[in-house]
Amino acid sequence: MSLRIVVTVKYVPDATGDRHFADDLTVDRDDVDGLLSELDEYAVEQALQISENSDDDVEITVLTVGPEDAKDALRKALSMGADKAIHVEDDDLHGTDAIGTSLVLAKAIEKAGYDLVISGMASTDGTMGVVPALLAERLGVPQVTLLSEVSVEDGTVKGRRDGDAASEQLQASLPAVVSVTDQSGEARYPSFKGIMAAKKKPVESWDLSDLDLEAEEVGLEGAYTTVDSAAERPARTAGTIVKDEGEGGKQLAEFLASQKFI
Amino acid sequence: MAEVLVYVDHVDGAVRKPTLELLTLARRIGEPVAVALGNGAAATAATLAEHGAVKVLTHEAAEYTDYLVVPKVDALQAAHAAVSPAAVLVPSSAEGKEIAARLALRLGSGIITDAVDLEAGDEGPVATQSVFAASYTTKSRVSKGTPVITVKPNSAAVEAAPAAGAVEALEVTFSAQATGTKVTGRTPRESTGRPELTEAAIVVSGGRGVNGAENFAIIEALADSLGAAVGASRAAVDAGWYPHTNQVGQTGKSVSPQLYIASGISGAIQHRAGMQTSKTIVAVNKDAEAPIFELVDYGVVGDLFDVVPQLTEEIKARKG
Ligand SMILES: Cc1cc2nc3c(=O)[nH]c(=O)nc-3n(C[C@H](O)[C@H](O)[C@H](O)COP(=O)(O)OP(=O)(O)OC[C@H]3O[C@@H](n4cnc5c(N)ncnc54)[C@H](O)[C@@H]3O)c2cc1C
Ligand SMILES: Nc1ncnc2c1ncn2[C@@H]1O[C@H](COP(=O)(O)O)[C@@H](O)[C@H]1O
Repeated sequence: MSLRIVVTVKYVPDATGDRHFADDLTVDRDDVDGLLSELDEYAVEQALQISENSDDDVEITVLTVGPEDAKDALRKALSMGADKAIHVEDDDLHGTDAIGTSLVLAKAIEKAGYDLVISGMASTDGTMGVVPALLAERLGVPQVTLLSEVSVEDGTVKGRRDGDAASEQLQASLPAVVSVTDQSGEARYPSFKGIMAAKKKPVESWDLSDLDLEAEEVGLEGAYTTVDSAAERPARTAGTIVKDEGEGGKQLAEFLASQKFI
Repeated sequence: MAEVLVYVDHVDGAVRKPTLELLTLARRIGEPVAVALGNGAAATAATLAEHGAVKVLTHEAAEYTDYLVVPKVDALQAAHAAVSPAAVLVPSSAEGKEIAARLALRLGSGIITDAVDLEAGDEGPVATQSVFAASYTTKSRVSKGTPVITVKPNSAAVEAAPAAGAVEALEVTFSAQATGTKVTGRTPRESTGRPELTEAAIVVSGGRGVNGAENFAIIEALADSLGAAVGASRAAVDAGWYPHTNQVGQTGKSVSPQLYIASGISGAIQHRAGMQTSKTIVAVNKDAEAPIFELVDYGVVGDLFDVVPQLTEEIKARKG
């Protein structure tokens, strides 16, 4: 038996950098360093663990849709231990929204061939957390999402989803789309050996024509949503800061009372 | 006037507050038609009517609890077909966003998630969002299909606006995908008796500075003196001092209370992402350089083990 896992990973601007918008109200990627979204490292990690715990022949492909530099994200995932990578890159993709991204990813996943798709819980820039559900809808396979624990055995994926009201045990047959949370287990660091090995691993590049997609279906033009304006949030007006000299708690209470919280 | 579908988040018929906030926003765009599914669906009608629902579409079936997400998408799609609404509003929970996304795809529509405000516009509803850890505010709209919009808790006031709230049974035919993901077990969360974190008017949070699970009693005591919910930073959660359901931040809950009190929390960007839109922010931290002080309306540089208990005592004394 073999198990083909496709892990979707996103290249995102560093959250600790000064992120902002470009003139066309898309995310400006020029001035901020990019990296593999930390939340997608958890997806790569779970794919590696499923592989390590499996008697099957497991092949892990990492897939990204993004600009030239997004190759960095693929390299990192390969150095963690993934087997090969696919980079979907096309100038017409600029400004693609979640609906469009899910279309491109779904086409690429189908072309690559898969038994299991693993995504992160959300991208650290868009933070929508909707792409995995959209992928399941497009691919017509079960969605087993937001798992803090996941296992695959005999063509079945099982996992635990910790929701607000309850913690649920889920189960579905493969093929399926899974997403994992940052509670699923710390992601490993690439080893030196891993980094060296990654340099030799295959990275395929596909463009829209490889996926039988038209430019109008994606990008700003194909977007289903329009951003009309983006304004920097005014800095909060400087607050009062006091040093505790033994009365700090009382002073704070006085402030809360003045604001009618007590 | 055009109708607006509102997805009802309820527990056995008890409507959760964010849904009532959605009714306030829906009334700005059109006439709210609520969709309540699963056990206790019909019991939601009285509350929904009080807050402006002209109609309540209900459907009860075991599928809603036995399988993940898709049955609810099927039902909303059926409601959309029956009503042809001007927009569909869904509470911005993890599940709400997944339901909304799949619905939008089926309708050939765009989706906006995590709106913090909503108003009527010439070209359809305009949603305000807070992005990049709340450092930017954007206004967007859905430009194709029926706008599907998820709205964060605490984005609008709950308002009484009595309406008919006539209950109608919704006809739902489940899709082939509906039974794809089975829920084989469910452990309900134990109630702490404190307000729900995302809905609370006041949130009191502790971080690594709290230094131990047992010390969270200090944070809880302050919270209880104010009738507040308890939050925690990821550092405190990762250390096992407090449950992950209470984590505030990018990968935890996003809160927007009237008052947020952070103790022993440095204010990392990922923590800010979940609390920066709070109305009033207060912090206690022994490091005067901690970034959380850039956000505060009032900050105390000091040891939380001195300041917090004194604050709690003072609040109790004042409340008598
Ligand atoms: C992808 C990703 C997602 C993340 N998601 C989240 C998230 O959702 N939520 C979140 O919170 N973090 C999140 N983080 C982690 C975040 O980056 C920080 O590591 C975390 O918020 C730090 O928690 P802290 O402020 O409690 O700890 P620290 O940064 O260690 O700060 C502790 C503070 O306590 C103060 N202190 C210590 N002792 C005392 C005392 N006795 N009295 C008063 N003050 C004291 C110290 O001065 C210090 O400022 C995420 C990180 C990543 C990479
Ligand atoms: N451009 C992309 N390329 C590859 N994977 C993506 C992309 N965008 C989103 N994803 C995947 O979808 C998950 C959720 O993203 P989002 O819905 O944008 O928050 C991420 O954690 C990734 O696994």
